[in-house]
Amino acid sequence: MPAIHFNRVTKRYADGFEALREATFAVEAGEFAFLTGHSGAGKTTALRLIPAIERATSGTVLVNGQNVAALRTVAIPYLRRSLGLVFQDQKLLHDRNAFENVMLPLAVCGEPPREAARRVRAALDKVGLAGRERAMPIALSGGEQQRLCIARAVVNRPSILIADEPTANLDSEAALGIVEIFRAFNQVGVTVLVATHDSALIERFATSVVRLAHGRVAAKAAALATA
Amino acid sequence: MRAWIRQHAQSLRGTLRGFARAPAAAALNVVAIGVALALPLGAWVLLGNVARLGGYVAAEPQLSVFLATDATRADAARIEAALAGATAVRRQRFVPKEDALADLYRAAGMREILAALGSNPLPDAVIADLAPGDPDSVQRLAVDLRKLPKVELVQLDAVWLERLAALLRLGQRAVAVLAALLAVGMVAVTFNTVRQQVLTQQSEIEVSRLIGATDAFIRRPFVYQGALMGLAGGLAALGTVALSVHLLGSEVGRLAATYGSDFRLALGPAAEIGMLLAFAGVLGWAGAYLSVSKHLRKMALP
Repeated sequence: MPAIHFNRVTKRYADGFEALREATFAVEAGEFAFLTGHSGAGKTTALRLIPAIERATSGTVLVNGQNVAALRTVAIPYLRRSLGLVFQDQKLLHDRNAFENVMLPLAVCGEPPREAARRVRAALDKVGLAGRERAMPIALSGGEQQRLCIARAVVNRPSILIADEPTANLDSEAALGIVEIFRAFNQVGVTVLVATHDSALIERFATSVVRLAHGRVAAKAAALATA
Repeated sequence: MRAWIRQHAQSLRGTLRGFARAPAAAALNVVAIGVALALPLGAWVLLGNVARLGGYVAAEPQLSVFLATDATRADAARIEAALAGATAVRRQRFVPKEDALADLYRAAGMREILAALGSNPLPDAVIADLAPGDPDSVQRLAVDLRKLPKVELVQLDAVWLERLAALLRLGQRAVAVLAALLAVGMVAVTFNTVRQQVLTQQSEIEVSRLIGATDAFIRRPFVYQGALMGLAGGLAALGTVALSVHLLGSEVGRLAATYGSDFRLALGPAAEIGMLLAFAGVLGWAGAYLSVSKHLRKMALP
């Protein structure tokens, strides 16, 4: 069963713009896939349909076999808890330190404080931010901020990790570091879907690529990781 | 269940931390609510005291039958017989005009006035102590007594008590209307305060929603804030009224003592005060709940 399955998905906004047109693709469980395409191709829209930030106009979006389009509003939070989301604009809380930012998903789930603290430290450690618990986001570099976002996304042990342009504002070295982190999570069984238009990264890491053009799936190809 | 309790405890701690971070703003909100609540609470306490005062004075309502100046003891005996048959009468006594005059002599400042009159102007009277609770039968008795010969005046001092009771009922209605208006005002104050808080925490709310927070989770710290503000405002109002009662209490007690009464101003029963505080908390909760819910509905992100 695919972890993510788009079946003839169309997303039309109120102004009539169609961000996705009959898009069909699947990302298998445990797969590391890139979603690529030019700006405005529909990458972000596709990613926003997975955690029901947007709803499809038509077609079905299945996440771990669950039809997201048919989900009732009250069920959406529970879907989101099973996903790890890394946003293009990071969405870090700048009045909270690194530890508190990563703690937020666990607080939402009502995790016991001691266990939560242990998991936060473990998540920070995995992304290379051990010892930076008390640092405020503003005091972190761009790459470190992105790592912090990844720590927040994975602290709940999601089965699917979704990242929207996570390397957009990073230099190539920092970008490589970020994708290495994603790969490390993928190697322990997490399905990873990363939206990017960085072809160098795709060539280096991808095992699978979904290419979007003007809202349509232009190609889905398997690629071998060269790194 | 444990997770639910933990989340509530966490929200409560977060709310208290929020108060600690901005104590001046929190105090101002509490004062605003306290002042709004002090007015109906003060009126309620005042009415309670007036009702108690009525009870003090009206412990034993009386019916006084004044005879004509030429009435004989036999006329008085007829009246006594009529009163003896009435169920509303507890006991009665005949007050001869000589005893009434003697009482009046004892009253300060009356001696010279009475001496100037030359003769006793007072009539004989029969005074009946009434059992409280049946004003209709007392009214009927008064009407019957007025028909008896040599009866000059029948005075029922329950009439003013009925007026007092009517005024108290009116006062209670007025306090209820005032309290309802100020309750709406308090909900509006909490609504607005929490709205501002929600706006300053907009990004946190958005992120929380994106990572799977339910609306109840997001709403919780704000409704705690509203409820605590309401409760603290209620306490502030209670403190204000208690201080007023304390400041006025000694003067009222002194005044009551001149009438031979041990009446003292009081705040009211503890159970009712507790209910009022709880009501203030519920109003704060309601204002906050409405405010956050409206904001969450308006958010673009589902």
